Amino acid sequence: MKIIAAMSGGVDSAVAAARAVEAGHEVIGVHLALSSNPQKYRSGARGCCTIEDSHDARRAADVIGIPFYIWDMADEFHEGVVENFMSEYKAGRTPNPCLRCNEKIKFAAVLDRAKAMGFDGVVTGHYARTEETEDGRTLHRAVDPLKDQSYVLAVLNREQINGAIFPLGDTEKVDIRKEAEVRGLAVAQKPDSHDICFVPSGDNAGWLRDRMGSEVGPIVDQDGNKLGEHKGAYTYTIGQRKGLGLTVPTVDGSPRFVLKIEPVSNTVVVGSREDLAVTSMRGERPIFCGPEIGAAPLRGYVQVRAHGAALDCTYYLDGDQLVAELDQPLLGLATGQAMVIYDNDRVVGSATICETT
Amino acid sequence: MSVYLDHAATTPMFDIAIEAMNTSLRKLGNPSSLHAEGRSTRKDVEDAREKIAKAVDSLASEIIFTGSGTEADNAAIKGLFWNSEKKVILVSQIEHHAVLDPAHWLVEHEGAELIEIPVDSSGVIDLDFLRSVVAERASEIALISVMHSNNETGVLQPIADVVKIAGDIPVHCDAVQSFTKVPLSFKELGLFAMTISAHKVGGPLGIGALVLRRAVEIPALLHGGGQERDIRSGTLNAPSIVAFAAAVEAKLYDARKVAALRDSFESGVLHARPDAVINGKGADRLPGISNITFPGTQSDSLLLLMDSQKVSCSTGAACTAGVHRPSHVLMAMGLTDVVSQSSLRFSFGSTNTQADVDYALSVLPDVITRGLAAHSVGKK
Repeated sequence: MKIIAAMSGGVDSAVAAARAVEAGHEVIGVHLALSSNPQKYRSGARGCCTIEDSHDARRAADVIGIPFYIWDMADEFHEGVVENFMSEYKAGRTPNPCLRCNEKIKFAAVLDRAKAMGFDGVVTGHYARTEETEDGRTLHRAVDPLKDQSYVLAVLNREQINGAIFPLGDTEKVDIRKEAEVRGLAVAQKPDSHDICFVPSGDNAGWLRDRMGSEVGPIVDQDGNKLGEHKGAYTYTIGQRKGLGLTVPTVDGSPRFVLKIEPVSNTVVVGSREDLAVTSMRGERPIFCGPEIGAAPLRGYVQVRAHGAALDCTYYLDGDQLVAELDQPLLGLATGQAMVIYDNDRVVGSATICETT
Repeated sequence: MSVYLDHAATTPMFDIAIEAMNTSLRKLGNPSSLHAEGRSTRKDVEDAREKIAKAVDSLASEIIFTGSGTEADNAAIKGLFWNSEKKVILVSQIEHHAVLDPAHWLVEHEGAELIEIPVDSSGVIDLDFLRSVVAERASEIALISVMHSNNETGVLQPIADVVKIAGDIPVHCDAVQSFTKVPLSFKELGLFAMTISAHKVGGPLGIGALVLRRAVEIPALLHGGGQERDIRSGTLNAPSIVAFAAAVEAKLYDARKVAALRDSFESGVLHARPDAVINGKGADRLPGISNITFPGTQSDSLLLLMDSQKVSCSTGAACTAGVHRPSHVLMAMGLTDVVSQSSLRFSFGSTNTQADVDYALSVLPDVITRGLAAHSVGKK
């Protein structure tokens, strides 16, 4: 097949591209420039898409022996991911921009463009596996549980899964680094990137405050009693305990947690740990990575964070919403996050959490 | 087959230049040394200087060897500015970044005022604009710099008129693309300074020259041994200088043949894609450069597709970490950023043949079709 290798400049995508070449594909390396004003250098393990990263990607492509180009997707990234990140926070939800980037950029804008240009698919360094089954291709967890990225890929629909190749899902990260050494790739020991690439400082709240201002508002308990003030409701997340700056103690001295963010009234509601408990969640805009499900309840797992636990649940489709009922209550679940349903290690699909009870 | 149509970026070294370079590489001697080896290498360098001077119609002492065309441009722009009490720099909007960026640097760091000379839709500078600025502010202008021909479109500029309008104001001309392609006389043009580069004319990479009028002294960028008129220090790169001269002296560039290939290519493109637009077609151009807009496409997609068909061309514009940006040259000619990003530069050289043109034309229609499809999904 003729495929595009999305190369970030990191070790994973470099090895993925090399493996795709070895598998007999005709591979062209592409680095996505996602910032219109890239930094020159990486700072530690944070951020990506610096000029240094694009040089690392080019060097890896040269060592592997494939053509290499840079695609400027800065506008698409800004509109599809960064603006969405801000508007979701503004609406009181907690978005995951990495999922959004996979959904809108890597496996939409890039895959569409690649296909139009005559390529068959896109190979990336994500840790996930696909299997060919009677029901078509399915998406599965990687064998390395610490690196498994199936959660952030669960936004891909069947067509996108069919156009995707994940060569690293069967290998542990430590072995990928060793393989990179053997292949002579200089990025073998390059640190993993963490956090959100466009917030290189790692300070999400500060980043949001710089761009959206900080409008002071009340922090209230569930009865509406004012307990303090906040500097911008969107900088809080559900379940947050630290940094609330409350001066009125609870009767029994127990800590308070953020329960709810009300963007319209710019109010943060706090309460006890017990009040955080969620037993059921509903998600909108469900996407199925493999066969679709119906209204009949099924048993499986739901995961609500990239490296969160897989929680036993019963799941089903209710109209156009995906519902998961948990066996055990979960503390602190924000709307806007993705709920990803698993059938053992197979990804059934995902939806954006819009309601918790 | 593979077809190289990016000769404006760099062009193959002539065999005669490679041989001259190899001979020189085997030879011992620093041209500044006083012993026999040094004298012998110095003789080679001075022979080369005379050959290059002859080719640009200057005095041999007016040739200052540099490490690149960019270095020569920087030396000229900064040097002429520093040499003057005046603060205004006039450059055309379509200059290479090797001229534009030092000018901007002088604005940011040295209090210069930059005035950019606009161009018309065919890419030729506006002489009336230049005339009126000179008429109003002659006493404030430190230097004027206008390129001999543009590297993206090949459009030739009226340098003789610029010099006439400038009067006593020093004029620098970046002639990197024009040298050996079209007639060029430093003396007849009456320039203060001119830039040339070896690797565009069949010589090696990493050697250029600033042609600087005799008795014009400008401050140095590189200080040290003072080898080149105290304006450029650094051990003279004898093998590259010798090869540069050999390439120039050979006069192997066949302008008529190159222009015929370029014309054949352009008519083939217009036949296959009647909506294609040849930028600068209305003006006098270099023989070898063709800049073409393919409406509804993105040039980085087209370049990838051409490359995968083994045809090497260019998006023409400068890159920031490989990211394609709209061309300041095409934008100055009035194209929008979208249209300017739909343009490719094909540049022809001595090694090209009609078979190259035919092959490039044979792969072009499918490339454009795919490029149109890729761009339309991008806009979805």
